[in-house]
Amino acid sequence: MSWSIGKSIYRKEAVEKVTGAAKYTDDYSKKEMLHIKLVVSSHAHAKIIAIDTTKSRQIPGVRAILLGQPFPLTGEEINDRPPIAFDKVRYHGEPVAAVIADHPVQAKKAAELVEVTYEVLPVVNSVKEALLPNAPLVHENLGSYERIEHVYPEPNTNIADRTKIRKGNMEKGWKESDVTVEANFSFGPSDHIAMETRCVTAEIRPDGVVVFSSATQSPYMIKKLLSSYFGLEEGEVIVNTPLVGGGYGGKVAVQLELIAYMATLAVGGRPVKILNSREEDMITSPVHIGLDATVKLGATKEGYLTASEIMYRFDSGAYSDKGATISRAAAVTCTGPYYIENIWCDSICVYTNHPYATAYRGFSHSELLFAFERAMDMLAKKLKIDPLELRKKNAFLPGHTTPTQIRLNESTVGNLPKCIDRLKQLMNWKEGQLIQVNERKVRAKGISCIWKTSTIDSEASSGVILTFNADGSINILSGVVEIGTGTKTILAQLLAEKLKMDINKIHVKMEIDTQTTPEHWKTVASRGTLMAGRALLKAADDAIFQLKDIASRVLMCSPDDLEVGNEMIYVRDEPDTFVHVKDVCLGYKYANGYSIGGQVISRGNYTLRHLTHLDHETGVGKPGPEYSVGAQGVEVEFDTRDFTYKIIKAYSVLDIGKVLNNKGAKGQVMGAMSMGLNFGSSETFSFSNDGKVLNPRLRTYVPFRYGDHPNYIVHFLETPYVDGPYGARGVGEHGLIGMPAALANSLSVAASVELNQLPITPELIWKEKKGVE
Amino acid sequence: MYKREITLHINGDDRDVYVRNADTLLYVLREEFGLTGAKPGCLNGDCGACTVDVDGDSMKACLMLAVEASGKSVTTVEGLKNAAIQTEFIEKFAFQCGYCTPGFIMNCNSLIQKYPDADDKVIKDYLESNICRCTGYQEIEQAIKSVLLKDSSGA
Amino acid sequence: MISFDFEYYKPTSINEAIQLFQSLVEQGKDPIYFSGGTEVITLGRVNQIQTDAVIDIKGIPECLVLKKDEQKVTLGSAQSLTKIREMQLFPFLNKAIVEIADHTARNKITLGGNICANIIYRETVLPLLLTNSEVAIASPNGLKQVPLQEVFNQKLNLEKGEFLVQVTTEQSEIDCPFVCVKKRRQWDVGYPLITTAALKKEGYIKAAFSGLSDYPFYDPMIEKSLNNKQLSKEERVDQALQQISVPILDDVNGSAEYRLFVLKNTMLDVLDELEGVGNV
Repeated sequence: MSWSIGKSIYRKEAVEKVTGAAKYTDDYSKKEMLHIKLVVSSHAHAKIIAIDTTKSRQIPGVRAILLGQPFPLTGEEINDRPPIAFDKVRYHGEPVAAVIADHPVQAKKAAELVEVTYEVLPVVNSVKEALLPNAPLVHENLGSYERIEHVYPEPNTNIADRTKIRKGNMEKGWKESDVTVEANFSFGPSDHIAMETRCVTAEIRPDGVVVFSSATQSPYMIKKLLSSYFGLEEGEVIVNTPLVGGGYGGKVAVQLELIAYMATLAVGGRPVKILNSREEDMITSPVHIGLDATVKLGATKEGYLTASEIMYRFDSGAYSDKGATISRAAAVTCTGPYYIENIWCDSICVYTNHPYATAYRGFSHSELLFAFERAMDMLAKKLKIDPLELRKKNAFLPGHTTPTQIRLNESTVGNLPKCIDRLKQLMNWKEGQLIQVNERKVRAKGISCIWKTSTIDSEASSGVILTFNADGSINILSGVVEIGTGTKTILAQLLAEKLKMDINKIHVKMEIDTQTTPEHWKTVASRGTLMAGRALLKAADDAIFQLKDIASRVLMCSPDDLEVGNEMIYVRDEPDTFVHVKDVCLGYKYANGYSIGGQVISRGNYTLRHLTHLDHETGVGKPGPEYSVGAQGVEVEFDTRDFTYKIIKAYSVLDIGKVLNNKGAKGQVMGAMSMGLNFGSSETFSFSNDGKVLNPRLRTYVPFRYGDHPNYIVHFLETPYVDGPYGARGVGEHGLIGMPAALANSLSVAASVELNQLPITPELIWKEKKGVE
Repeated sequence: MYKREITLHINGDDRDVYVRNADTLLYVLREEFGLTGAKPGCLNGDCGACTVDVDGDSMKACLMLAVEASGKSVTTVEGLKNAAIQTEFIEKFAFQCGYCTPGFIMNCNSLIQKYPDADDKVIKDYLESNICRCTGYQEIEQAIKSVLLKDSSGA
Repeated sequence: MISFDFEYYKPTSINEAIQLFQSLVEQGKDPIYFSGGTEVITLGRVNQIQTDAVIDIKGIPECLVLKKDEQKVTLGSAQSLTKIREMQLFPFLNKAIVEIADHTARNKITLGGNICANIIYRETVLPLLLTNSEVAIASPNGLKQVPLQEVFNQKLNLEKGEFLVQVTTEQSEIDCPFVCVKKRRQWDVGYPLITTAALKKEGYIKAAFSGLSDYPFYDPMIEKSLNNKQLSKEERVDQALQQISVPILDDVNGSAEYRLFVLKNTMLDVLDELEGVGNV
């Protein structure tokens, strides 16, 4: 019997969230707090000639104004970014100054009066422009930046990193192919649009300890980076993270924290707060990466893939931040979930004068899959093979080797053919891909298969501490940030299952305090459940050991004869001989007053095993733990005259291993699907010819609203992942990553034109139709 | 910064407060009264995260000056007590990060009060005022519909 | 957050409002009338509107009138779009209202605010123009009632110190068959690509547009082409498109050329709707 696993347990912070009691970073205020307002660049690429703060300093309440400095330079892999622009600005919206004042109104007023004189520079407004032979350089000093070992910037170009995949023999692959297709695919940068804009508070206590509160996905990273950039002792940096109002990767980047630290330093350590406006959150803080891709596929006439040549050019914007890591992740899974013997792929991270990119839910996968899965549909068309059949024929199976030449097994890759079969059935594929509804309207179906691994630091770890209360209830402390994924509720479920107890007696600390909460690397990559889950199970084992140890002395038997369950420790074959957990978890007191033991405090940690860097020349290596797979579909109703459409149905069949919380998992998947469809259909920044973002507002950027949503159909397969807690795989991102491709495939069928750009607006379809007429 | 004293009727109580004329209701609720349930999401009337109820109508608190609310009855999410929609949001998994939730709940509540027999069209008309980025809206649809169904069945 | 400060007044009569305005001007101030106020707040936040005094007209009874008698409907300028819609007095206007912003925002946006807005769309103007509505304008010289078409050219032309009090429309105009279609770049909420409003009176189709250019307009030449019954619907629409003399918007919502494509289809739909499919 299951105590908790698989059940749709309500999230532990549910009541807080529906009553408005749930607190996010900006909800905490102190009367003595000062407020920061940024002055941001009005140009995409310009030299800063002068900054005049005379007028702004006259505003009452202004305490300090920060301007850019040559150091520190910051970055995740390449230190290429000053926290406040120095010497030149590289994107529209980049911070050029920060005003600190008593009241937010004073800070804003003063910021509006800072006068910046620019000398406009030629703008790199796309990846294509960036790679032209005489392109202006976004970073003249790329060769001299400090960087980590495994990143490969190409000085005197706009290329920040290049990952190469060289598998098999391309010549052989092309020779074996009867048919080839080649096409270009692209989309520009867009944004995460978490409903909570980024917010940070910071202060320096009299003892020198720096205390942050931040709406972040990576509180522990802030601690590390602050110490590396500013020479602070890591133990003297404390980061608090309350509930976070959505991240989707966007709150992985460490940006405002650096400005907040410099600000509090400038005002003698007084507490300061910075809260992004929506506009700043969209363009000043990092965004969702853009891509320009070329995919060439070769196949036999029977439809077996023989070769794939791929070029992914990611638009990382003005700075490399996570862009380099993202372009590397794209190389790792560059072919989608298909087995191909011969692969050549270059994936590059390119600087442009666009807002800079950071992680986005799926971390390169929705991006590369859009390109690759569109190419698969084009190939199917050329071969006159059903697109589902083509995918099934080439499906990646246990025993196959990945592009980075890792052989996967039944545990490390799920069951893709089964996902395809289930999807086929759910979508009623046999009725055909295109159905005429009336004179003007058609219904059309499109699909995409998915796979994803998580290329995360090979030393990333997660820890959990459990403490017991006198009523036998347990507190869970974990460094996973509750950004909406419900991971902390999952941890409670795992613990209830393991200790065979009522989940209502398990309490979860939602907020993070890096001083007292054990570290969880970053809340990213759908790795919360795996890493924190494994750490929790280890901590549970430790708790069981401790409970049995005390109980064995109470029950006068060997701990080996004891079991824990139902909030009791009992003798395995005589369950009537027991002691209540509550009577031993804070120590046990004998009748005569003697006491033994003390509070049960248990701990566990987990580090991913055997991950490696990629070989720079061939890409060989094991960058992630397991590959989840799935098959997704979209059904649209399309108006053949107006080129407008409605998304009717969206399907996901995902192999996520053991389903831990059914409704929770479905919610994650549907939300991710929604985000993927939104990205595919309407989200993008619109740039002027000189690189300025024309739509940094929700009014002109157009996120999905209630009623735009299709009917979501979500099915799970449960091929166990042996390393995962109870066999679970990650599920936070997977619903998203095939959606843009499936949408594009359905609309390409509907409109009978190849739609190889995103977002697919009616205007894009009109333009493409016009182009072929 | 010139401030004036106004009286706001919030969650059943008369509250005196000094405000700038330029202060929005949202700012005053959060910063002066500590009622942080209404969230800043865009300050431009686009996202609905700051939705409260003013005299029975849902209102984006970022689109109203505090002085305009003087003499009106304002209900924030903190003023809702065990409303059916709150329970349904939990049971239908209608939120994840929870940031848009108070605004959605206030808007739903206003809809339920005004149109207990609302059909799909009316529901869409109301609820497209708020943005949620975590869910696929399907769960929110289930939550609001289950309250409306319960109400209209006369139970 | 608005970084400038302003005085706030809420007069209870037209006269008081007019006098307030004048005396504020005499004090060297730059007052503005404030109805729903959503633009003052959102554009004020980014300093695209600046003022040192606002005069809230929501306390003036004449501005809050919503009434229908046998001949006409009168709508107060300070009534919210939602209230006007709920009264169901003017179906054509309602059709335009229901597509503006979103429901909650329309609880705050007022009719006067939309007509006098800085925002380029001002879609409530379209049905009002086509129904020959009159506007009551309060001015230092008293209240004047004038046809909207006379005072609306790209925007409502108010003299300094004047404000819109009411809009009045003949019931016979309201009863005419109408169409109002909003086309967007994508999905169901937000600014228009083009909003087209059309009405048929005595067999003659009138049409007005928002989002096609950076102000709402109607053009008798376009209407003439649309009503040229010698021609097929397609020909009439093609001819109407030739008549467009305003600069066509080219922005984040769509290119000028695409707007024309959408407009063409919309005009065909309008003709079908108002004349019946197949009727030439």
